[in-house]
Amino acid sequence: MEHIRTPKVENVRMFDKLTPRKCMVGTLYLSSTHTIFVENSEARKETWILHSLMSNVERLPTNPSGSPLIIRCKNFHVYRLLIPQEKDCVDVLASLTRLSHPERYGELFCFSFNPNLDKELREKAWAFIDLKAEFIRMGIPRNLWHATAANHEHRLCDTYPSELYVPKSVSPAVIVGSAKFRSRGRLPVLSYYHRDSSASICRSSQPLSGFSARSSDDEQMLQAIMKSNPVSEFMYVVDTRPKLNAMANRAAGKGYENEDHYTNIKLQFIGIENIHVMRNSQQKLIDVGDLVAPTMSDFLWGLENSGWLKHIKAVLDAGVFIAKAVAEDGVSVLVHCSDGWDRTAQACSVASVLLDSYYRTIKGLMVLIEKDWVSFGHKFSHRYAHLDGDPKEVSPVMDQFLECVWQLMQQFPCAFEFNERFLIQLHTNIYSCQYGNFIGNCQKERRDLKLQERTHSLWPHLWENRAEYTNPLYRNDHSQTQGVLKPLTTAYCFKFWKGMYGRAEKSVTSQSPADCLNAVREESQQLEEELSTHQEVPRETDAGQENCRAEGEDFRGEEEDQEVV
Amino acid sequence: MEFAELIKTPRADGVVLHRPFMPTVEGTLCLTGHHLILSSRQDNTEELWLLHTNIDSIEKRFVGSLGTIIVKCKDLRVIQLDIPGMEECLNIASSIEALSTLDSVSLMYPFFYRPLFEVIEDGWQLFIPEEAFKDLESMTDEWRLSEVNKDFSVCPSYPSLLTVPKDIDDESLCKAASFRHGGRFPMLSYYHKKNGMVMMRAAQPLTGTNGRRCKEDEKLINATLCAGKRGYIIDTRTIAIAQQAKARGGGFEQEANYPQWRRIHKAIERSNVLQESLIKLVEACNDQSHSMDRWLSKLEASNWQSHVKEILTTACLAAQCIDREGASVLVHGTEGTDSTLQVTSLAQIILDPACRTIRGFEALIEREWLQAGHPFQQRCAQSAYSNGKPRSEAPVFLLFLDCVWQILRQFPCSFQFNENFLIMLFEHTYASQFGTFLGNRVAERVKLQLSQKTVSLWSWVNRPQELERFLNPLYEPNNLVIWPSVAPQSLLLWEGIFLRWNRSTKCLDEAYQEMVHIIEYNKELQNKVNSLRRQLAQLETEDSPLQTP
Repeated sequence: MEHIRTPKVENVRMFDKLTPRKCMVGTLYLSSTHTIFVENSEARKETWILHSLMSNVERLPTNPSGSPLIIRCKNFHVYRLLIPQEKDCVDVLASLTRLSHPERYGELFCFSFNPNLDKELREKAWAFIDLKAEFIRMGIPRNLWHATAANHEHRLCDTYPSELYVPKSVSPAVIVGSAKFRSRGRLPVLSYYHRDSSASICRSSQPLSGFSARSSDDEQMLQAIMKSNPVSEFMYVVDTRPKLNAMANRAAGKGYENEDHYTNIKLQFIGIENIHVMRNSQQKLIDVGDLVAPTMSDFLWGLENSGWLKHIKAVLDAGVFIAKAVAEDGVSVLVHCSDGWDRTAQACSVASVLLDSYYRTIKGLMVLIEKDWVSFGHKFSHRYAHLDGDPKEVSPVMDQFLECVWQLMQQFPCAFEFNERFLIQLHTNIYSCQYGNFIGNCQKERRDLKLQERTHSLWPHLWENRAEYTNPLYRNDHSQTQGVLKPLTTAYCFKFWKGMYGRAEKSVTSQSPADCLNAVREESQQLEEELSTHQEVPRETDAGQENCRAEGEDFRGEEEDQEVV
Repeated sequence: MEFAELIKTPRADGVVLHRPFMPTVEGTLCLTGHHLILSSRQDNTEELWLLHTNIDSIEKRFVGSLGTIIVKCKDLRVIQLDIPGMEECLNIASSIEALSTLDSVSLMYPFFYRPLFEVIEDGWQLFIPEEAFKDLESMTDEWRLSEVNKDFSVCPSYPSLLTVPKDIDDESLCKAASFRHGGRFPMLSYYHKKNGMVMMRAAQPLTGTNGRRCKEDEKLINATLCAGKRGYIIDTRTIAIAQQAKARGGGFEQEANYPQWRRIHKAIERSNVLQESLIKLVEACNDQSHSMDRWLSKLEASNWQSHVKEILTTACLAAQCIDREGASVLVHGTEGTDSTLQVTSLAQIILDPACRTIRGFEALIEREWLQAGHPFQQRCAQSAYSNGKPRSEAPVFLLFLDCVWQILRQFPCSFQFNENFLIMLFEHTYASQFGTFLGNRVAERVKLQLSQKTVSLWSWVNRPQELERFLNPLYEPNNLVIWPSVAPQSLLLWEGIFLRWNRSTKCLDEAYQEMVHIIEYNKELQNKVNSLRRQLAQLETEDSPLQTP
């Protein structure tokens, strides 16, 4: 509370972006976690803005009507306020600037957020996603792959999970040797096993090959990965960086695999740009959304100039390449970039969504994020600026993954159990620090922070509200739901994600077909219930009994058809 | 028969057909007077029946003695025919060229087409001005039907019956007509029941450089204003273009002569610009090799989306003046047959829920496009693959349909029809077995005796078995004015038209089927519940005497 200079300001005006002439008058309250605007109107409508979601607070020069304050949030919401007294505005600005830039983990909202769960429920909530069970679900053949304890206590690689899956044939010495030859010790390990083709997706960081270095352990490791797929004679190494970037890394003693040293590998560069390019690109995209009354040309030119969709296409192309290699050619793939925690996570998880229908369900996407992102050391707190830190570490890596999924949803409307709202909710939570799931930069850090004891897990909360996130068109027995997705990645297939970047434009009156359908389905459910109660009524009379039973069975059959898992 | 002279080679064997999303077919190619037919004598392959009028342009290529004809259709599809034998290929190509560019309307297919279905409801008799006027009469007595144009001499592009203010006599109408381009004096387009405001349309006034005026014209439009009220004139051209028009005898309403009217200029482009825009857009869509940057830059350079935005914005403005400002509106551009109609018809879709039903939309097209004298035959003579010198073709109506699609996408529950209905209309304006879109104005259609000699599109569409395909399952009648967003990010490329032949819609079609399924299941449940509720009520009434003896 020491950062709040003025806890309450009256007669503040909040403006609507769409109709700048329209505004609401109310009172602004500052709490330690939220800024709350309460309208003076009879409804006393409240707007809550989480401080940890604020990316930037800006004060414009005072004009005769007051001091304007603009609050920009990490989920692209923008709030425009007018504060009558300049002094109040300066105070609010100073407080919010400090509150929105916490310096220690302990200041984050998740450590004070209390949804009133007892200890047992909290522990149960953290156990909601079980990665061990996920590797079993994939159907890893026990004779070829196994979990190694090599990274117990994170002694081999401090940014990897403690449990790693590697080919059973490699010796502990090879594991250690391979880790030594990889940037930050991030050795090649299993990310996804495709049961239908027995090909796998493995991930790592770049090798420390420089211009000539080699490691027989690392070479053996790749050989073992290739061999653990009995039907294939070679494997792909997908370097997701542009080739030029990869080559530049050789001068620093890093780089990429030399095809002469590794037997039977094919090296493939994909060309996803680095985090700095992506950060700038997204900023340009946000600026496009901020334009006041743009013409069509302004908009399309801005979209092109941002390069954003080009980058989204690159990430999706990487996923498509990997999925095709694994599913159609039956060839295993090792994916890496530089450190193997940004582009690698994107490429592996997009490929997994294409390959495995489980990851297109609500629970499955949670599992995927927990596996490919959280456990494998994607640096959430750095990338999403949870703490005041190096702005060069910030980048919308996860945003791009979620958008790839959204672009896929546009092409395959029946293939995903979740809807757009689910993706947006995930995006907000990755930034907002309300739950502990995405705090820190790797498993070890989270363990040291004792997050499971001190914060709550997001997943059960989303799961309980899954009705809100369900795509009405999804059916688990639909042909689109099954099998491998083969999306088109022609330029014209990519769309501007209005739900994410153009939220201010959402007209109040326009309708969403999905919402209509959800309403219809909800009504159908109620009707089903009413039907079953109606059928029970006449059962009391002897005459109608047999008839009704038969009918009742009919209806039960239909209910099953409609059931959504 | 003249056709025989044009067909140099009526049939060719061993022709291979390539078309989007379908397996290649080998078979016999036949040319008839109106169709290009490819049949393969195999049971499970679909035959190709292509109307010559659907062919926009063809290209020939030769590799050795194997000739290839690329046929580019007005519905934007591109098909390829591999024809063995150079001479045969050349003959077929020149025959197709001749047959697809016949000038004489009376040789068009609709005059030869005999329907395989029984016409139950004649589409030619569906939308009669007298009937529409009866509706108007029930709401207001300020208007009358004038027969001043009964021989099309006052205004050749207007229908014979016109709705005009009651206090304006035919003589004044004639004088007003002489002051407007093409005789298109201001006439009623739409009456807004909610507040009694009206929308009128006309052509530009012939003020010329010396500022001619016409008392009758002023009186005519002032007669539509309530006492003390001001109206809006929406000129679809920029002020600069309207100024230039003066030099050619046209112009715009001077403030001094129309003090009760406020004039607003918008910037809807004219036909040749639109045609060029369509060509560029389709070119961009057909090149799958574009990088993201190149695609977006080509899309932007085509300007198509800008046209959509401008037209919708102007329509919203007209609707806003009427509904929000409570003012009457007069819309015109130069001739009043293109941009004017885009604006007046879209404004009605925004304002009037009736226009969002199938019948209402058909009536709107009949009233605001066919009767209003949009020159369909000229505008739709060529489509996006035209390579000759542009004459007067322009995708004016297609742009209107695109705008309707944008509104439909934003209000998916407010329309009785679906996207397929709009696509079907697009197809039939360019090539059709029906006579509806033949000719350029009512006078021409009367002369061609279309209603006697051809079948109306509406006779076919309105049959229940056809209609089914065009019904929107999400439709919930909605009596509100619907305000579409015209922000660039809210306006999308109409993939159903422009990417139709470039990417498979299998998954989208499945999603649509799923939606239909969900809604039908709901209806089925509702019926069951209702019948059980009735049974229950019945049982209760039967039971009650027992319970209360």
